[in-house]
Formats: sequence, C-alpha cells, structure tokens
Amino acid sequence: MTAETPMQRERARTIFEKSKPGRRAAVLPGAEVPEPPLGELVPAHLLRSAPPRLPEVAEPEIVRHYNRLSRRNFDLDSGFYPLGSCTMKHNPRLNERVAALPGHARLHPAQEPKGAQGALELMWLLQESLAEICGLPHVSLQPSAGSHGELAGLLLTRAFHADRGEARTKVLAPDTAHGTNPATVTMAGYEVVKVETNERGGVEMDDLRDKLDEDVACLMLTNPNTLGLFDENIAEIAATIHAAGGTLYYDGANLNAVMGHSRPGDMGFDIVHVNLHKSFSQPHGGGGPGAGPIAVSERIEPFLPRPQVVRREGGNGSGPVFDLDRERPQSIGRLRGFQGNFGVFVRSYAYVLSLGTDGLAEASETAVLNANYLKARLAAGRAGKYLPVAFDRHCMHEFVLSGKPMKKELGIATLDLAKRLLDFGFHPPTVYFPLLVEEALMVEPTETETKESLDAFAEAIEQILAEAEQDPEKAKQAPYTTPVRRLDEVKATRKPVVRQPLD
Amino acid sequence: MSRYTSATAADREEMLAAIGVDSVAALFEQVPEELRLDRPLALPEGMSEAEVYERLAALAARNADAEEQVCFLGAGMYDHYVPAIVDAITQRSEFLTPYTPYQPEISQGGLQAMFEFQTAMSELTALPVSTAGLYEGPSSVASAGYLAIGATKKRRRFVVSRGVHPHSRETLATYSVGFGAEIEEVGLTDGLTDGAALAGAVDGETAAVFLQSPNFLGAVEDVEALAAAAKQNGALLVVAVDPMTLGVLKPPGEQGADIALGEGQPLGNRLDFGGPSFGFFCATEALIRRMPGRIAGETDDLDGRRGFVLALQTREQHIRREKATHNICTAQALNALAATIHLAWLGRQGYRELGELLLRRTAYARRRLTAVEGVEPLHEAPVAREFAVRLDAPVDAVLERCAERGIAAGYPLGREYPEFEDGLLVAITERRSREQIDALAEALGAAIQAERGALVGNSATKAPREAR
Repeated sequence: MTAETPMQRERARTIFEKSKPGRRAAVLPGAEVPEPPLGELVPAHLLRSAPPRLPEVAEPEIVRHYNRLSRRNFDLDSGFYPLGSCTMKHNPRLNERVAALPGHARLHPAQEPKGAQGALELMWLLQESLAEICGLPHVSLQPSAGSHGELAGLLLTRAFHADRGEARTKVLAPDTAHGTNPATVTMAGYEVVKVETNERGGVEMDDLRDKLDEDVACLMLTNPNTLGLFDENIAEIAATIHAAGGTLYYDGANLNAVMGHSRPGDMGFDIVHVNLHKSFSQPHGGGGPGAGPIAVSERIEPFLPRPQVVRREGGNGSGPVFDLDRERPQSIGRLRGFQGNFGVFVRSYAYVLSLGTDGLAEASETAVLNANYLKARLAAGRAGKYLPVAFDRHCMHEFVLSGKPMKKELGIATLDLAKRLLDFGFHPPTVYFPLLVEEALMVEPTETETKESLDAFAEAIEQILAEAEQDPEKAKQAPYTTPVRRLDEVKATRKPVVRQPLD
Repeated sequence: MSRYTSATAADREEMLAAIGVDSVAALFEQVPEELRLDRPLALPEGMSEAEVYERLAALAARNADAEEQVCFLGAGMYDHYVPAIVDAITQRSEFLTPYTPYQPEISQGGLQAMFEFQTAMSELTALPVSTAGLYEGPSSVASAGYLAIGATKKRRRFVVSRGVHPHSRETLATYSVGFGAEIEEVGLTDGLTDGAALAGAVDGETAAVFLQSPNFLGAVEDVEALAAAAKQNGALLVVAVDPMTLGVLKPPGEQGADIALGEGQPLGNRLDFGGPSFGFFCATEALIRRMPGRIAGETDDLDGRRGFVLALQTREQHIRREKATHNICTAQALNALAATIHLAWLGRQGYRELGELLLRRTAYARRRLTAVEGVEPLHEAPVAREFAVRLDAPVDAVLERCAERGIAAGYPLGREYPEFEDGLLVAITERRSREQIDALAEALGAAIQAERGALVGNSATKAPREAR
C-alpha cells in the first residue's frame, strides 16, 4: 500500500452508518386538526407496522456528510473534462438563477393554461429556436433525455409507416453508433442491422445499399459521427434511404459541432433529437437531469407526442394565447407525465438568449477550432507515435485516438492512460468507444476551454507517455492520489451489494 | 467573443498555425458546400446577462405559481416544502456539473449518494433492489412493462387498473406499440380497483398486472388482496406508490409486489411545471439483472478500501447495445440526490410524522369539504393525501371562481375521466394549513352557490327558447 492521502484515510461511511436513535433534523408543522388514531382513518391491515429505517442525523451532520461526499467528486467547474460525445461545456449560473424563480420552480404542472401563459410561451419560444437551429419545422419538447428522444423517433417512424399501411422490421445503424441507438431499436420492436464504416470514417455506401430493402424502417445516424467526422456523403445517404421508403434519424449528441453552420433538416434528416444537457448547457448533474426534444419534418408532424404546445392568435386585438393541444388524433401518445423537463427548458432557453444567433455559431466554431488544435498539439508530441488519430483528417468538435501502438510498444492500455490522467487532475476522455477503433480514446474539449487548458492536457499526456517509456508499471497501477484507487468492478457485478445493510 | 469562450484573436492565430490552416472556415470545408448554412440563424442577437434575467423573469411573472396561489393541485406532483439544505447541496458544483460516473475513482461522492438513495428507496418500498433512478413516474411504469416481457419469457399482455395515473397508462400504451404488447384495463368500483374484474382479466399470457396505491382518485388500494390474480398466473405485480405515504401505509414489498415504482417529485424536488424530477424503481432480488438504468454497487479498491462503482453494467446500453435491458443513459441523478437529502433531513421519525400529518389533514379536509352544500364524496374508500369529490356545479367554472380568490382548488377529473365530469381531486401537503383548508371550503361553497344561481338564471332564459 502506498502512503495514503488525507482523503484516502477517510474511509467511506454512508449516512445510514452515521445514524443514532433520537437524532433528527426536520421540525414539522403541528397537526392543527383532530388527531384520531391512524386505524380510524385507514384500515389497520393497510398500515405500516415498522417505519422504514431512514437515518437519524441532525442537520449540521447531514450538511457535513454531503459536503464531504461532494469533495470526493471531480467536476467540470474544477477542471478539464474532455469526455467525448458528452459535450462538457460550461454551465452558466445565470441559468440556475432564472430556473429557480418561483414563477418557474413552483408552478404546478396541472395548472390551467390560463395560469401558465409564461411557461407555455417559453416552451413555444424554445420549440421555435430549436426548429430553426435544426432546420426542421416542428418540435416536441417532451422526451426526457437523448435515449428517450431516440425511442420517440422510432415510435414516430413506426406510426409513419403504419399510416401508409406498411410494417417494416429493421433499423440500420452504423458500427460507430452510440450504444443507445441499438438498445432503442430493440425497445421499439425493431431488429438492428449494422452498417460498416468506410476508410474515410463515414458510412460505407456499398454496404448501406446492400442492406437497404423494403423492410428497413429507418437509418439512425450521428453527423458529425462518433469519430468526430462529418459524413460528406450525407446528401446521397439521405436520398438513398428516402428512395427505399425509410426515414432518416439524427442522433443530436454531436449537434454542438454545427450550430449555425449546417442543419440536420437541410441534410435530409426527418427526425432529430437534441440533448439540451450537451449543446444547450444544462448541467449534467452527475447523470442527469437532461432533456431530449425532437424536431421533425412535415410528414412526421401528425404523429408527434401529446400534448403539444401551440400558439393561437388572440381575438379582439389581444395578444397571442398559448395552449396545450391534447387532441392530436394521429399522435403516438405520451412518452411521460405532464409536459417534459420544464426546468431544463428554462435553462436552455436562457442559454439560447444569451448566445443568440452570433454566439451559437461562434460556440460551434470554437468547439471545432479547439478540437483540431488539441489534435494537432497531441500529434506533434509522443502521442503522434503512440496514440495516432484513428481517421486522420480535420475533425469537427471531437476526435478519436487509438492506443493500439501504445499498448504494443509501452505495454500500457488506454485504461491505464486514463487512470494516470486522474493523478494529473484531468478527467480522461471517453475510453473504448467507438468500438471499431482499437483501444479508443475519444476527446471532446468543447468551446469553453482556454488554449492554456488544452496545452496543459497535451502536456500531461506527453509526460505520461514519457514516464511509461521508462516505467510502464506506474500507469498500470494508477491512480494514486484519488479518494480511492482502482476499484474492483468485477466484484461489484459478480456479487452485487446495492444497498447498505441495516440491523 | 461570446462570454463563455476564451479564444482571443491571438489565440486563434496560434491555434490555426498549429493546425496548419488559414481560417476556421477551412475546418468546416468537410461539410459539403450546399449543406453549409449561408445565412445567420433567424434568432435574436445575444443578450447581456441582465437582459436575459429580465426577459425570463417577465415570463415567470405570467405564471400562477404556488407562491402566489394556495395550491391544492396534485395528480402526481405535490407542493411539499423543500428544505433549504437540498438547494444548498444540489447547487454545489461537485454535484451539479459532473457527468455520469464513468471514472469511479473521481466520482465517489456521486456513486455513494446513489448507493444511499438506493438504500433509502429500498427501505421505503420494502424491496431489496433499487435502481439509481429513472426519468420520472409514468415512463418508469412503461419500463416495468418492458422488464416484465423479458422476465416472463415474452408474454405480451398487460392488465392495468383504471386507478393507475392516466399519464402512466397512456405512456405504457405508447411504449407497448413498440414492445408489441396489448393492454386490458380493469375498471373502478367506489374508487377502488374491481377485484373480480381484475381476477377475470389476468390469464396465463399476462406479463404484468399494474396497480397504483393510493390510486389516481386518492383511494388506498388493498394491494395484497388484489395480488393473488397475478401470483396465480405467474405475472409480475407492479405497484406504483406515492413515496410520501410510505411512512404510514403498508409498503408494496410487504404486499406481494415484484416491482414498486413511482414519481419521485414529492421527495426533495420542486414542481418545475412537471420536471425534472425522477422515477424510482425497486424490485425483488430475482429481477436484479433485468433492472433498467444505473445501479451503484459497493466494492473495494486495490488497497482494500471501500468504494462504489456502477454495478451490473452488463445490463446497460453502452456495453450490451441491442441486448441491453433498457436504452436509458442520462437520467436524473441530481434529482435523486435531492430526494436522498430530503429523506435524511426527515429522518426515521420525521418521515413517519409527515405521513401521519398528511393522513390527518387529508381526513379533515375531506370531512370539511364534503360538509359544504353541493360537494359530495366521489368515493368512500380510505385516503392518504388526496381525495376526490363531486361538485354540483360545472367544475371549470368553480375552479375559475376559486382562482379569482387566489386558490388553485384542485384537479378537474373530467380532463382524464369522462365518467367523472363533475369530479375534483384535492391534494394536501404539510404546507396546506387548516386555515387554508377552511378557506378552500368556503371558496368552493361560494363558487357552487354562485354557479347554481347562474345556472338557474340560464335555465330561466333558456326555457322560453326551448318552448319555441
């Protein structure tokens, strides 16, 4: 065992283990009403006999517990977080402030539209903004995250084909696709068919044509794709899939590369999901919340989820009125309760207003500039030898390196490099994705990073590789300075312990 | 320069030189020219922070929120008090700004919080396994349907009580088009699921039976009595519950549920016009490898220290792809953290006391309101925190009159249940004082009287027309 850091010395104890009978934090209001025995209100056999064993802890200790926990997290506000495909851009605090206004935060979702005009107008304005950015005329804000948007997209596809009397069975997705794509295909009742990638990193057109037949309902694409490359054949791909009667679905995880520069609708996509927690600055929260609105073409619009926010012209010279359209006879129906993750809409709309047309285009431009600079900076050092770019051409907002030579020549895997980066104070890039690149390392710096951050990251990679030339064991045992060291993930799956045992 | 980027003109020049191009435009040349947008987006120019604040504050001011109205609306989301420490902790950068914990060594805070959340939800529901949280309530119900198909060797039939939240029933129906499953609905009798009809509807092809307690009309179901039909036919029993009632009501794990789930908003999450909140999802040990979404698990590091990781990742989309148990990726970690803090704050005593308070104030409110002329109980079943009444006047008009007095009197049941066109659903939280409940009773009484008067007036003017 190496010498312990102070944080390592502090062993993990859950809030349940800090409990002591008789302690408490909450003071509740008095009953104010008669207090009969509960058995007079609800039959005894429907009542709980023993209360759940929640912790008994006073407020100061609760605060201290979670503050200490928080310090065992690395976060975007503390350092560079180049997690590919995740778009870890700055989360403006203004957005938190406006989302917390009582008019937003304490608005009940079942409030009559008359009492929610501001909220409905905000949703309508965000719909309009996303429609313009995506180049598609209609938007539903309902899906709760990207994968939920994907499911919506495939259910829309199914409804679209059913309306034309067709029952198609297959969905195509490239071998570079996000894991959510094939998982969604299965959930939506389709069979997934993989399409190969060509030597330029795009869709292999011959393979696409081979696999395209009258059973294909849809092609799901990310563009720029998960290699960070824009597929130059996109117009031809769109024409090909449309000629075969299928729909074209855009996974919007990489929209941050093209805002104000190129629009999925103009590329020929029928359905697009947008990750508001990526391109539109909603904080990731350690795994959510996000939101995954979808933008669609005219021919898909009739099937959009219910309810849909609509704007109606006011009568007698009064202003427009906003409403929830619950009718929509051809709709696929609801995907969730109420109207969607409204708090996320507030933040993202504030972001759109802050940046505006000029700022959004500049954000994408800088994201692309930062990625290409970091790629060039890395290639000029040892990474050029040990971590070559998987498809070496200009990238968009992210790029993929292969650790294959590093593994062969230095004996350290991509995972080891990632773990060693933790000791240098960086969050590692996405590792082992996309699957077709061996020992993949996927780097997305985003536009909100300074040149100095990019340089420091490149320098850390350089140092780690230089160190590994001398002493590869160092990386293999890393990390050393984190609150805990490398964890046994196999054990957690083989013999899962998923809750605190209590006496 | 946009305020969230830092590249100066000098930076750009240096960076472009390192890349070996003259301009950023050159990098966009991989986008075919005809697909490059040749105009600015038709959106306003960027605004200053102060201007954005004013614009958003002006929109917020046009909403009737629970700060200015006395809110008796429920129907799945409730105006509970969120303790100040929830905001203080969830707004910390270290919880607010990280991604999903893919690098566990630097994500121990978030992972341990998930582990604590799972422990708390497992305690509430009395089921041993909990996920780290799904999107929200109704989509969690649909996710249980997907799980049930796999767990019952591809049975594709669901039996659903009409007492299940209408949004949950509709979401399950939406998803089921994809799953290829059919749904049979079982009706209500005096506010409760019709047991005989349920027993008749469940058969050997049924993958899951869905109940909710308290159900949408506020009635506490006898889940144990209804469970038999599912058990006898080998179907999973899925029970949606309100997490604020489990301090006093028998937990689904003691009533035969295989899966207990629900909308998590009442725990530490604000109303937010419907989201973001979270869905909780707990199950029996037998279903652990079929669960949707993230699950944190305990393990050791290579020096033997206790630590936490995402467990059972082989269920998940990023590993299993088309064979994954679910497609979910980003979910609602921060919202689940809010719930964990709220539950720690309530604690073992406070959580139970809050449940008792809700039961008693709800009983008081039900008695008080049904004593009003023109208000009748819609059912006589036991209730916990919400109850349904019938109004002897048009519900929408009564609601409008109450709104004029600054009261959101409840949820008009006719919006989702045509058979209860005269129904009103009234929700109680610890924020609704006796004084406010009394004011609601008075406002309802006055509104009904006024509407009856208006109706009498109307029918008087209508009568001659009909005579013609």
